Amino acid sequence: MSPVPPISPMPAEPAGGTAPAVTGGGSTTAGSPSEPDAPGGPGPAAAPHAKPAPRVGRRAEGVWGWLFVSPMVIVLGLFLVLPTLMALWVSLLDWDGQSNPFSGQADFVGLDNYRDLLTQDGLDRTLFATSLRNNFYYVLLTVPLQTVLALGLALIVNQRMLRGRGALRTTFFFPSVTSSIAVSTIFLFLFQGSGAVNTLLSWIGVKGPNWFTDPRGVLSLLLGGLGIVDPNRPAGVLADHSFMGLSWFEWLSGPSVAMCTIIALSVWTTSGTFMLIFLAALQNIPRELEESAAIEGVNRFEMLRHVTLPALRPVLFLVLTLGTIGTWQVFDQVYVMSQGAPGNTTLTPAFLSYSAAFGDADFGQGAAIAFLLLALILTMTGLQRYALRERTARPGRKR
Amino acid sequence: MTSKSVRTTNAEPVQTLTAESERTTTTRPVRTRAAKSGRSQGLPVLGRFPVPLRILGYTAVAAVGLLYLMPFAIQLVTGFKTDPDAAAHPLGLIPTTPTTAAYQRLFGLSQAGDGVPFLRWLGNSAFIAVVVTTGRVLFDAMAGYALARLRFPGRTLLFGFIIAVMAVPGIALLIPRFLVLNTFGLFDTYTGMILPLLVDAAGIFIMKQFFESIPREVEEAARVDGAGVFRIFWSVVLPMARPALITLTILSFQGSWNEFTHFLVATQSSQYETLTTGLARLVSGGLGGGTQYPLKLAAALLSTLPVAALFFCFQRYFVQDANAGAVKE
Repeated sequence: MSPVPPISPMPAEPAGGTAPAVTGGGSTTAGSPSEPDAPGGPGPAAAPHAKPAPRVGRRAEGVWGWLFVSPMVIVLGLFLVLPTLMALWVSLLDWDGQSNPFSGQADFVGLDNYRDLLTQDGLDRTLFATSLRNNFYYVLLTVPLQTVLALGLALIVNQRMLRGRGALRTTFFFPSVTSSIAVSTIFLFLFQGSGAVNTLLSWIGVKGPNWFTDPRGVLSLLLGGLGIVDPNRPAGVLADHSFMGLSWFEWLSGPSVAMCTIIALSVWTTSGTFMLIFLAALQNIPRELEESAAIEGVNRFEMLRHVTLPALRPVLFLVLTLGTIGTWQVFDQVYVMSQGAPGNTTLTPAFLSYSAAFGDADFGQGAAIAFLLLALILTMTGLQRYALRERTARPGRKR
Repeated sequence: MTSKSVRTTNAEPVQTLTAESERTTTTRPVRTRAAKSGRSQGLPVLGRFPVPLRILGYTAVAAVGLLYLMPFAIQLVTGFKTDPDAAAHPLGLIPTTPTTAAYQRLFGLSQAGDGVPFLRWLGNSAFIAVVVTTGRVLFDAMAGYALARLRFPGRTLLFGFIIAVMAVPGIALLIPRFLVLNTFGLFDTYTGMILPLLVDAAGIFIMKQFFESIPREVEEAARVDGAGVFRIFWSVVLPMARPALITLTILSFQGSWNEFTHFLVATQSSQYETLTTGLARLVSGGLGGGTQYPLKLAAALLSTLPVAALFFCFQRYFVQDANAGAVKE
């Protein structure tokens, strides 16, 4: 039972078991696992057998290794790698979901599905461009809002003197663990035409819009309210020029009122998760840093600006990256709350891909949209990783 | 705005006796936590704000808290309202004519339960969640252990593959998964619903990280005693991995209970509807024939309960996960 192997000359440290996840602990004393646990590599040739302990042969260990990972390899291979390859093939077909797409019964159309989406004038491209516009505004509003809100909540919960911090943390985090479908149901009820939100608004004398049936873009409403453009009859440059089948005015009209409810929902649900990430980072800020700043006589704002926020920078980028990846995938909320309506203003690429395949039985088109979305998300991730690397590479920079 | 208002509650040297006692009570849990991690001393660095600002801060914090609580409170109350009542008083926190009609319908106690086979949804969700959780915990632990400790050809490559898989956005797999299920004849079966969910890359990653933190001496000792690889894994390492296994169990259960998109594309007939797909159909298709919000909200509430119970019992494991997310990216 004793965890100390008799052969090891001097077991380095008492085996804590709760040690932070660094590499192999005091294991070097044991001799056999001479290679560190870093994901670097197995280093098969690296282990000199300087110890007499009987151990399973290299061969047997290899077999066991593959046995242990075989469920993972099979499941991920069958339901991740293979399907991706199949979908890549289907995205080159005109397939309605009826026949077997791999027997040559479906028409091979080459890159036509992609062409329809990107360059060919027509309904497909207009819809795709619309979905891109909608999701772009969704990301543009959701990511900053949820990040700022999460940071604010983390700062609240991190206050050492605040009573009921634990209860608050629970409250803020709870929406994050519930099902997106259930939460969307609640928001549907809250934002009905004569629902709770509009009742609240009426108390302060505001007549709330009919949230889920209002396709007007908030930006165009704002500009219309200022008298700069007439939202009903846009004119001039904005109406005359178009890109991917949408006029400049349509590109610039902003998220629709209906989309705003989905944005509110997402911000509300995800802020808890990101709050926890920020909170962990806040608690990792060395206290000496804050103390020395306090001795310098900084006020709260300066502390936040020059001590706390710089220390949070890597986590800030993490949250932004995760937020961007997540928001480009918005689907559940759209499915439950609006199905793309009103006027296609809550249509997102993810939902368009689904409805093209399962609604219109155009699986080639749906798969093509999925791959374009995948490329878009991976590009964004890559860009943000790159930016993150740039920032952290300059440790001395103090701003 | 929120952050600013909270900062007012930031605290420090206290003048009044009451405030003094308040300070000691509020800091105690922090102290113990701080002592554990060997970090901060509990007391904040900056001075405390004057009382009026503090009151203002608490008010603001309470308002923000309400913003997070109210939707659930309204959901709970509305489930006990009649349809007209819910429509007329969406904000009312006390039902004018309390009724359990919605719950009776959900549990099939009244004849109007047609179209809402709630118990069937519940059964499907529970069955799938249990199977998927069991499978995930076992397979993720096995794969994590192999990647952390066993040496076999291709290990590095596999680990790189896991990292790559974690970067693939799930939504892009919707149609691909349907294709493979359709081709293998698994579409609209329990097998098709469960199999693809049995392994998840993030879980493997968590387990690998954990196994690497276990000192090797333990395994060496067992090996000296003549235990084989599987024996060591099953009887020595796995019992030590309890905290990680609990975390994984909770996350897997939550994940499979809340899973929606996969079931949406993997099934078609109503007999396979789960709480998520069933509720989604009820809610998104329910535009005609009255709004039935008490019914929908009651169903949503019931479908949230298991995960909520899990959350309140094992909150710290959820917290750990959020931080694991920070590590893995």
